[in-house]
Amino acid sequence: MAQIRIENLRKSFDQFTAVEGSTFTIDDGTFFAMLGPSGCGKTTTLRMIAGLELPTEGKILLDGEDVTFHRAAARDIAFVFQLFALYPHMNVGENIGFPLKCQGMGRREIRERVQETARMLRIEHLLSSKTSKLSGGDRQRVALGRAMVRRPKAFLMDEPLGALDAEFRHLMCGELRDLHDRIKATTVYVTHDQLEAMSMADQIAVMNKGRVEQIGTPQEVYDRPASMFVADFIGSPPMNFLRFEGGLRSGDRAVSFHDTRLAVPEIREDRASAPLALGVRPEHIRFADAGAVRGEVFGAEYLGTTQIVTVDTAYGRVAARLSSSASVQIGETIGLEFNAERLALFDIGSGRAIRTASAEGARHG
Amino acid sequence: MTAVATKSTAHSIVEASPRTKAFAGGFVILYAVITILPLLWIVATAFKSQSDAIAYPPKVIFEPTLEGYVNLFTVRTRQTPEFIAKLPPPETWYDKLVRKRDMVIAGPSKVVPRFVNSLIIGFGSTFLAVFLGTLAAYAFSRFRIPLADDLLFFILSTRMMPPVAVAIPIYLMYRQLNLTDTRLGMILLYTAVNVSLAVWLLKGFIDEIPREYEEAALVDGYTRLQALRKVVLPQAVTGIAATAIFCLIFSWNEYAFAVLLTSGEAQTMPPFIPFIIGEGGQDWPAVAAATTLFVVPIVMFTVLLRKHLLRGITFGAVRK
Repeated sequence: MAQIRIENLRKSFDQFTAVEGSTFTIDDGTFFAMLGPSGCGKTTTLRMIAGLELPTEGKILLDGEDVTFHRAAARDIAFVFQLFALYPHMNVGENIGFPLKCQGMGRREIRERVQETARMLRIEHLLSSKTSKLSGGDRQRVALGRAMVRRPKAFLMDEPLGALDAEFRHLMCGELRDLHDRIKATTVYVTHDQLEAMSMADQIAVMNKGRVEQIGTPQEVYDRPASMFVADFIGSPPMNFLRFEGGLRSGDRAVSFHDTRLAVPEIREDRASAPLALGVRPEHIRFADAGAVRGEVFGAEYLGTTQIVTVDTAYGRVAARLSSSASVQIGETIGLEFNAERLALFDIGSGRAIRTASAEGARHG
Repeated sequence: MTAVATKSTAHSIVEASPRTKAFAGGFVILYAVITILPLLWIVATAFKSQSDAIAYPPKVIFEPTLEGYVNLFTVRTRQTPEFIAKLPPPETWYDKLVRKRDMVIAGPSKVVPRFVNSLIIGFGSTFLAVFLGTLAAYAFSRFRIPLADDLLFFILSTRMMPPVAVAIPIYLMYRQLNLTDTRLGMILLYTAVNVSLAVWLLKGFIDEIPREYEEAALVDGYTRLQALRKVVLPQAVTGIAATAIFCLIFSWNEYAFAVLLTSGEAQTMPPFIPFIIGEGGQDWPAVAAATTLFVVPIVMFTVLLRKHLLRGITFGAVRK
């Protein structure tokens, strides 16, 4: 098992820069998710770690050893592909045993290791089946088996659940996390699905346009987003942004929001007047007649235990998560009250989070 | 109204109507007759005697003889009946056959070396074209090659005119290089013509094989070449087989260059067959026999590779 360190990694194709100078460390045994929209450079980063692409600049260290320009095969890492990439001309057992065959291991030992791996994944009964006969989930298990059988230093997974249907994806999420807890292998998991990342990962790196915007635990990334992008990308519905203009003083516990004062977590930096955004998660909004921000109910989306109520305000449309027992009339004018402890402030120009008592410690990429 | 409705439900979209079936069947039979009849005529002519072969009206029913084949494989001289009577009795059935026509066998004809030339040149150039084509197609499909589109266009442009259009310059070039009438020269020439077809066909097939297969193999411990050989090629077999058949058909049948560039040593079957001369002109049964034999390898090759032409080898392993 290994620690993976990325230093100033950059990759450009002709004029297009896919990854720009990211630096981070993935600790031994961590389940590390790289999350971001398509084209954000997460897969390219993963492929560089695997050795399937060579970086334009920067270094990749595996357990302190510089492997930046090593051949993929020389890195001792395993890769699980979104499309599984099971060899169609081999059966399940041969597929799982293939990496060992590449290494020139004896036939007996291969058989034992394949058996052991299959037992772990509960696919022993499938060993002699054709890969084309398998269900999506079983194919994914075989692909995992092929990665595990070699006991590599790290697992790299490129949207491994992306090709499964929703029900199976949920099941496999649980299985993957369970597997990780048992074998404790360093895992780098690329996904664009925040639910997968949030439910499985120890650490999440949120990427955008080739840059790592924030690295943190799922809680950190959700509660203390380092940028508007992260705040917007994570959470469903995403964080609401209410624009205003104003200056900030360190130590203040309120901001002038248009014509009222709104309580916010203690501000930890001074700023001249600039366009800002007040960030509020839908679940931190209450309906109160005395609320400073007023608006008209536009619609409600019933989700079982909760409902998402959208309200048109003078500062834009705001989504609030309320208990589904609350009765709301469309067209009704209501007041909104925010949970002051959980508010976030962003600088619209740079998109960066303003340091406050609650956002302190959110690491930037 | 109701009658129309019943009629339309009775008409199945899956099952063709009897009339359509009959028409389709008739069409297929007609097509088969048109394409197979000349071939059958050739096969039959090879078993006719010289006079039956040129009889008018053509004879459909005739007494079969192996004379055509014997004439194809031998060189014969005419002798007087007295001379033949003095000879010891014929040792083989073909000696006997030849003596009936007042002739004796003087030696083997050139058909075997010509056939061997065709085999070597045809299969040699096919192998080379497919081999080079596979490597080039793989590179074009997988690597970022500067000016890849232009290069592919250049490769295709060699097919934009009939190859014979450049026959004279090639002839002059070959004379300088001492490649005229050599097997190597013919192999190189046919390879050059076929390789562009091979690159384009194979690129299409390789493009369809997901990269993930090789990448998985690369991560699992193979080198690029091993991955190509053990992972990509088994899946490209369909495309390679199809490409090989096309290349072989071209180099096997090629006539114009063969006439121009070969005369002795390296002559292939196509320029040889029309000049099989018997007594008093063209020996039609022998020509037909040669043609029959000439068709056999290509039919065998196609039949052997037929099962690889069926798609579906890669089907289901990857979700598209």
